[in-house]
Amino acid sequence: MSHKMKDATIPHIPTGARISRWIGRNLIRIYAVFAFTYLFIPVAYTFAFSFNDSGKSNLIWKGFTLNNWQNPCGAPEVCTALANSIKIGFLATLFSTILGTMIAFAIGRYSFKGRSTSNLMIFLPMATPEIVLGASLLSLFLVFKINPGFWPTVIAHVVFCISFVVVTVKARIASLDPRLEQAAMDLYANERETFRRVTLPLVAPGIAGAALLAFSLSFDDFIITNFNSGTLTTFPKFVYTSAARGIPAQANVIGSAMFFLALAIVITGQIVGRKRKVSA
Amino acid sequence: MGKIRTPYLLLLPGFGFLFTFFILPIINLAQTSTQTPVGGGDTGQYEQTLRFSNYIDAFVENKEQFGRSFVYALIATILALAIAYPLAYAIAFKGGKLKNFMLVLVVAPFFTSFLLRTVAWKQILGEEGFVVPTLRNLGIISDSTTLTSTSFAVVMGMTYNFLPFMTLPLYASIDRIDPRTLEASGDLYANGFTTFRKVTLPLSMPGVVAGTLLTFIPAAGDYVNAAILGSPNTKMIGNVIESRYFKIVDYPTAAALSFTLMAVILILVTVYVRKAGTEELV
Repeated sequence: MSHKMKDATIPHIPTGARISRWIGRNLIRIYAVFAFTYLFIPVAYTFAFSFNDSGKSNLIWKGFTLNNWQNPCGAPEVCTALANSIKIGFLATLFSTILGTMIAFAIGRYSFKGRSTSNLMIFLPMATPEIVLGASLLSLFLVFKINPGFWPTVIAHVVFCISFVVVTVKARIASLDPRLEQAAMDLYANERETFRRVTLPLVAPGIAGAALLAFSLSFDDFIITNFNSGTLTTFPKFVYTSAARGIPAQANVIGSAMFFLALAIVITGQIVGRKRKVSA
Repeated sequence: MGKIRTPYLLLLPGFGFLFTFFILPIINLAQTSTQTPVGGGDTGQYEQTLRFSNYIDAFVENKEQFGRSFVYALIATILALAIAYPLAYAIAFKGGKLKNFMLVLVVAPFFTSFLLRTVAWKQILGEEGFVVPTLRNLGIISDSTTLTSTSFAVVMGMTYNFLPFMTLPLYASIDRIDPRTLEASGDLYANGFTTFRKVTLPLSMPGVVAGTLLTFIPAAGDYVNAAILGSPNTKMIGNVIESRYFKIVDYPTAAALSFTLMAVILILVTVYVRKAGTEELV
């Protein structure tokens, strides 16, 4: 009602001008909608073509079917590749989260000789292009006559995941309120108890976030994997090698399913986090 | 006593790992780069002869791909910055209650494999997609013009793939800006553009530096976009290194190229960070 009244009191502004003024005021929001559309075009395309009754090559729309979703392992090798990616991702996440969290506590909590060198050591792998990381590791494995395959790939993934874990966990440690730990000490908790019952639970969300990041980096990695995996297929490798002759629609099913699964995990995590904040 | 040792004990396993599987490989790569084929040996057999001219040969032979890598990466970084800055600004200042949800949306495309998304672009922009026929009907491009297998497609693919790496650090530093500083600028009769140039942009410089680095470094070494969206005429240095390793089994050249790429990137990054740092102080 009140909007209409306001509009009525300023009749001398023509509709066109009002529309352009509205656009001017909301330009940045309209832009955001366009930017998100751009980000999601290929995701939507991948999802849509997971329902394509395509046969072998999933290039042209041939009709709607649920077959690909009912039978996601229908294409040869697709599920072997997926299983390999999940196994490698799990192990790489486990090792890099443990090693990275320890480094983050050392750098974030202590001042010691060599601290800036340690920071450089964490920055360097991030500043090295993936292809150099992958190629150099492969040449090391070749020197020691280690055949590329499952474990070399896990090792390679840990190398590039550690830095991201350190950065994420360190940020969380830096944001901690030191008074909480002082309070625990005041209440006669010893160092170990303080760490276990106060510090660690407070840093835990940061560690969980770092682990999620490490898993998605590992799961999606192609370049380093391609150098160190030999004949082992991972999901990204499967997509890359089948890109030339057409990717089976089952790959789209797996890509889309991963998308919704990860989205669900992240959103649940955020809701849980918010509830905790409210109840605390 | 224990206190002094604690940080080192915490660092030991992780840095031991990084030393073995990051530093040693780089040293080994440097050694490989000056080797030459064993006389009369099999393919893939090399011996150390300290032939430093491997570097000159490798560079001269592939200077075109080197140049292309850095030009493509630079254009993709600038485009990503231009696209991501207003988006990060919108999330930070206009996001309201949806802020966290919008951040999830920025990262969400990551979860569909980046290779699937790149292949999706290839099909969307390809002859059977809907973009090319539409543009042809509208007379915007001629019948013989294609969008895939061009440098346009490669740069576009890189811009798209690295966009979240640009958006997140930009958001982090724009979100930290106190909106009252912008109001103050307005109160002092600065118009919108001046406020942006003199207040918003300088305050968001840490995000600009981090975002451009996180985009430029992987883009310069990338070969997936060039392999899927490009043609032999859009080959980047990554494509050369890959084929030297796997198809030609020419490890010394591949190592020399990798080392040159890393050195050039490190020099560019150092100069850039120094420059951005001093500009911030001025």
